[in-house]
Amino acid sequence: MPSSVLWAVDLFGKVYTLSTAGQYWELCKDSQLEFKRVSATTQCCWGIACDNQVYVYVCASDVPIRRREEAYENQRWNPVGGFCEKFLPSDRWQWSDVSGLQHRPLDGVALPSRHWEWESDWYVDENFGGEPTEKGGWTYAIDFPATYTRDKKWNSCVRRRRWIRYRRYRSRDAWAKIPSKDDPEQLPDPFNDLSVGGWEITDEPVGRLSVWAVSLQGKVWYREDVSHPNPEGSSWSLVDTPGEAVQISCGPHDLLWVTLWEGQALVREGINRNNPKGSSWSIVEPPASENGIVHVSVGVSVVWAITKDRKVWFRRGVNSHNPCGTSWIEMVGDMMMVNVGLNDQVWGIGCEDRAVYFRQGVTQSELSGKTWKAIVASRESDRSHSGSSSSLLSAGCFFGDEVRGSGESCAPSDTDASLEADRPGPDQPVPAESVDGPRNSRDSSASGPGTGRTTERAVEVPGPATQTSGPEPGPTTQTSGPEPCPGLASSPAELPWTNIDLKEPKRAPGHSAAGFPETTGLSSMGLLPLGLEEPYGADDHPLWAWVSGGGCAVEAHAVLKWFTVQSGLSPSVQTLSLSIMPAQTAAWRKQIFQQLTERTKRELEHFRHYEQAVEQSVWVKTGSLQWWCDWKPHKWVDVRVALEQFTGLDGARDSILFIYYVVHEEKKYLHVFLNEVTVLVPVLNETKHSFALYTPERTRQRWPVRLAATTEQDMNDWLALLNLSCCESRRVHGRPSPQAIWSITCKGDIFVSEPSPDLEASEHRLPCDQMFWRQVGGHLRVVEANSRGVVWGIGYDHTAWVYTGGYGGGCFQGLASSTSNIYTQSDVKCVYIYENQRWNPVTGYSSRGLPTDRYMWSDASGLHECTKAGTKPPSLQWTWVSDWSVDFSVPGGTDQEGWQYASDFPASYHGYKTMKDFVRRRCWARKCKLVTSGPWLEVAPIALGDVSIIPESPGADRSGHIALWAVSDKGDVLCRLGVSELNPAGSSWLHVGTDQPFTSISIGGCHQVWAVARDGSAFYRGSVSPTQPAGDCWYHIPSPPKQRLKQVSVGQTAVYALDENGNLWYRQGVTPSYPQGSSWEHVSNNVCRVSVGPLDQVWIIANKVPGSRSMSRGTVCHRTGVQPREPMGQGWDYGIGGGWDHITIRANATRALRSRSQETTTDWSGEPGLPSTPSRVAGALLEAHGPVCC
Amino acid sequence: MTDDKDVLRDVWFGRIPTCFTLYQDEITEREAEPYYLLLPRVSYLTLVTDKVKKHFQKVMRQEDISEIWFEYEGTPLKWHYPIGLLFDLLASSSALPWNIIVHFKSFPEKDLLHCPSKDAVEAHFMSCVKEADALKHKSQVINEMQKKDHKQLWMGLQNDRFDQFWAINRKLMEYPAEENGFRYIPFRIYQTTTERPFIQKLFRPVAADGQLHTLGDLLKEVCPSALAPEDGEKKNQVMIHGIEPMLETPLQWLSEHLSYPDNFLHISIIPQPTD
Repeated sequence: MPSSVLWAVDLFGKVYTLSTAGQYWELCKDSQLEFKRVSATTQCCWGIACDNQVYVYVCASDVPIRRREEAYENQRWNPVGGFCEKFLPSDRWQWSDVSGLQHRPLDGVALPSRHWEWESDWYVDENFGGEPTEKGGWTYAIDFPATYTRDKKWNSCVRRRRWIRYRRYRSRDAWAKIPSKDDPEQLPDPFNDLSVGGWEITDEPVGRLSVWAVSLQGKVWYREDVSHPNPEGSSWSLVDTPGEAVQISCGPHDLLWVTLWEGQALVREGINRNNPKGSSWSIVEPPASENGIVHVSVGVSVVWAITKDRKVWFRRGVNSHNPCGTSWIEMVGDMMMVNVGLNDQVWGIGCEDRAVYFRQGVTQSELSGKTWKAIVASRESDRSHSGSSSSLLSAGCFFGDEVRGSGESCAPSDTDASLEADRPGPDQPVPAESVDGPRNSRDSSASGPGTGRTTERAVEVPGPATQTSGPEPGPTTQTSGPEPCPGLASSPAELPWTNIDLKEPKRAPGHSAAGFPETTGLSSMGLLPLGLEEPYGADDHPLWAWVSGGGCAVEAHAVLKWFTVQSGLSPSVQTLSLSIMPAQTAAWRKQIFQQLTERTKRELEHFRHYEQAVEQSVWVKTGSLQWWCDWKPHKWVDVRVALEQFTGLDGARDSILFIYYVVHEEKKYLHVFLNEVTVLVPVLNETKHSFALYTPERTRQRWPVRLAATTEQDMNDWLALLNLSCCESRRVHGRPSPQAIWSITCKGDIFVSEPSPDLEASEHRLPCDQMFWRQVGGHLRVVEANSRGVVWGIGYDHTAWVYTGGYGGGCFQGLASSTSNIYTQSDVKCVYIYENQRWNPVTGYSSRGLPTDRYMWSDASGLHECTKAGTKPPSLQWTWVSDWSVDFSVPGGTDQEGWQYASDFPASYHGYKTMKDFVRRRCWARKCKLVTSGPWLEVAPIALGDVSIIPESPGADRSGHIALWAVSDKGDVLCRLGVSELNPAGSSWLHVGTDQPFTSISIGGCHQVWAVARDGSAFYRGSVSPTQPAGDCWYHIPSPPKQRLKQVSVGQTAVYALDENGNLWYRQGVTPSYPQGSSWEHVSNNVCRVSVGPLDQVWIIANKVPGSRSMSRGTVCHRTGVQPREPMGQGWDYGIGGGWDHITIRANATRALRSRSQETTTDWSGEPGLPSTPSRVAGALLEAHGPVCC
Repeated sequence: MTDDKDVLRDVWFGRIPTCFTLYQDEITEREAEPYYLLLPRVSYLTLVTDKVKKHFQKVMRQEDISEIWFEYEGTPLKWHYPIGLLFDLLASSSALPWNIIVHFKSFPEKDLLHCPSKDAVEAHFMSCVKEADALKHKSQVINEMQKKDHKQLWMGLQNDRFDQFWAINRKLMEYPAEENGFRYIPFRIYQTTTERPFIQKLFRPVAADGQLHTLGDLLKEVCPSALAPEDGEKKNQVMIHGIEPMLETPLQWLSEHLSYPDNFLHISIIPQPTD
């Protein structure tokens, strides 16, 4: 789980964040401004600053926010000048938008705000529907407006071309001011509250947000067009309310509650995908009429509220269908405010101590949680003196807690917390009273009825008394305080110091609340640690005004470090624990390994001829399983199984699995030598815990031995034992080698095979049905590897993972698993069902079909009935994490309600209704989640669609960084920097601009980068080299005729691509001087995945592979006869199959020994390093293989 | 790359070459040849010496045979201590093979427990495992196990089957993710210089401030005499399984990896050899 942050504002308006992985509040990177309110999401945070302006803070990311501006240049032909700017009077502008109606000169296209910048200058778009246009991007037509073609015809009278230019959002990690009002006519009505949510209303367009605000006059405003690519939105629009609003809260989904001045709550109804602003209001009365609601906060299906008397309330029965809920339940605690964040987790600010509380125990089944727990994390600035704070101080404009560094700077750097507690004097903030005072009072008037400001003001009065009586923060500390900070001399020195008192007395109630029984309000809320048990934490605990958890993902069972005061650990130390491959290099561990080796040598070396005291014996495990019988009708039959392990004369272990069954009352058995087993595959479905066992013979038959256990535990025990026995008999142990071949099944299970040197031999090649595969824990959709041991994976939910060097995990525990490098891994995928309807003249579309029709609720094929209630998650490992919702992103498009129309089932569907459409369907999706473990660590935060690591031949230079390219789930092309054996996760992404979203990427052995765009055409990236890792520009390469490509794979020199119809293509004519090649040549069909390796070996996943007993889809196949002079090979060798989805052989550069002597290969392996430019690389290749490439 | 799992194998497959010689005063019919054997460090003497017993009984009269016992340089060897511990404690500085004298007469009642059968070894072994789990998990893990799991632990040890033993034993080595280790570390510290058989106290693997306790912390707490004084000369060796782990080694790691099959860390404090 990657870390995310909780946002909060302290009483002085400073914005802090607290990471779920951290234990310190960190000052917001842009700390120039002071804020009253913030509302966070994972990507950004909106806030109202003390100048009453709205700001948005967009978190930095490696992927830029970029938007395309486009303009069309139009020309008309005339006999004199040819195509020129001379138009007919009725014609469009020479420079226009796509419709031609709007004048759009290039220099008239302006940036929307000062937070944007141009990425480059205008350029002509040469890509027309996936085909490159040659003649300067011109497309031709008979007249405006008409259909344009790329070729000029005899009747082409007009032409146009598209100019494009990208702009980037540049104000990241900074507060960007949102223009207050677009319409100067409107009164300057400052905002009082603001809330961001709505990101779950729809998945597309991606990153849409609902930003709602309430003005001081009590009006509700909605910010139009806020989305990830347009973080500022476009304009504010007024939403009418039946009363005067004071506060607003918008949930991640369709909940929106507003607090009214009179104490009721307004609930917005009718919020949905098509209408994110909702349609109407309903009113919810407060729990008691004398104590109106002053604050609400909503989540996905929860509402929390605070009443005037500071009591906390939980609304029962709230969900999408009933946003008003049913009744109020009073919760323990007195709070200033509460905030519901991700996963419906709740935070609050205590009324008396102003501490941030976290509601513990909030789960999907218990949304109200269990107890409040105070977050005692201290501020980072309380511990380390930062340079930025001192510069602020000298600037003398704003004062916050961080300026306390003046005292800190003279303290030893290893100050522990107790030391700090002794010196609270200089630790105090130095806010200028003149600035802060009025702001506070304005704030209190702005924050609606019954805020707690009055009580605070009251306690400020006894301030000086407490101050003087307090022995520690006396004048002596004050005089020593200013000394190291010259900036203070210029600022009004007296005022700041008197203002120290502000904080001191306010702390007192915090103590008393904890210590004395009369303030019982908080005593039940776990406050005690603050005042009593913590010797120091309480003293410098910050006082908070606002908290927002909208960007903070706390998993139900996550362990947080927020609740204990840590001493001695600096913030930088804590992040180290997240680093990959924790160094197993502690001196004590090395020494133990070394001594044990020496001991064994000392005590055994000269005595090996001695007899062993204990003789090895046969060991048998028996049990009852079910077996999918070999005879027809196939069914599960009860069998007894026994695993016999024995030790051979050479000390090697071997095992036989016996399966005893009864057929026609005759006892029979079949046996399997475990040293012949090639793979054990768990086959989990809704009801059965089963696994399949393959041998080379069974692989050829496409008919494994299938066994089922009664419980998951039983199956895991057998799987683990059988796997261990298989590995032992093959002497496979520990982590996979860097050359390993990785593959993934359609269930997301990960398998790895150690390549034999004979695998790529030209003669006596090892048949690939004899490869031994063993499982590695985890759940992935894509895995890619390189021969230096760097392995990346992508989950079904597009999360990127990096291999940690461990083995085991998942169901492999104990000996089959490494002790370290195993982490929790989760994955999310959707289950889809279809709602089908037929039109009839009476009722229109209804769920009454013809007798011959498919089920009205079915799977995609229509053959199986799938109802909402009856559909279960794919296996017992998966649990539902959402409700059913309409999927609008299906191919072919949908109407506003998600329906797709067709003339009849089954047919091709379209997203609009025509006269001929008699049936319609819509797709429902429901998310389910799996939690497992494996040797994988998340590479946050960017989700990926594809990844490729450079294949490296054995002779290559192994220093330097490893080139890794990826495509994000949104189609951005990314290049990873800093990837090496020691740091396989790399350091950061470098964004590579494209004119359209991409889907597949592959980098070859000489840094040739090929990619496939969403329109199905291929692109070649020029000039990629170790010194220029991102290359310079894209070259458009048309796809094979009438085919849309979906994947590309590049080996050392060979380029293969796969189209959407399962055809595999080889790129002909790739030469060093022309690396883009000349044409696509068809190789094979029924292919669903291809992987080309560093030896230009070609492996695929193919469908419809015949076997002697059945046919299998998803089969690993190996191209035979691939030679330098015959790069396309001759035929296929079939390996393991039946549900395989993915393979990568790009780490296997293991060449057969005999072929080393061959002339051509010597040239290959003798190739020195990687020259700095691709053209020179290609040049070297040409000398070696000139004839090959031509 | 070496994995921590390999430590478990190395510990399990530790062997001590041993030469068994019949005590000179035993009456034999013909001369008794010495008997050479590789003894598993983690096992118990009476569990692995069937062959020795048979070998010497061949040359003896039936009436001269009573309960077998072993002695090294005058010290009777306690069968209920693991073999590796006995060797480390008594013989680690002497040359290999380890010379053990075999007796069939005059059983030293005050030094040794009787071992009528392997059931006695099993009972002793299981009680140690249970005691260790009481310290580690308040007995929760061992009590949740089935009888057959207990049997598998014992059979694993008896038949020298590493996999069989560790398939169960790993459960005894787990601890809740939210904690940094066991409740208490099961350990025993043995010294040849004192009368007291061993030191055993309650000791947590993690300090109150969250720091992991090390082997050095343990010794400082329960057996300070074993440690060399500050900038003083090292007088003692702290030995487990024939090696001297660094005092900085975390105790929790030691407990997980260098415990004997009875789940105890048996630590020998022996005088530094003078040579």
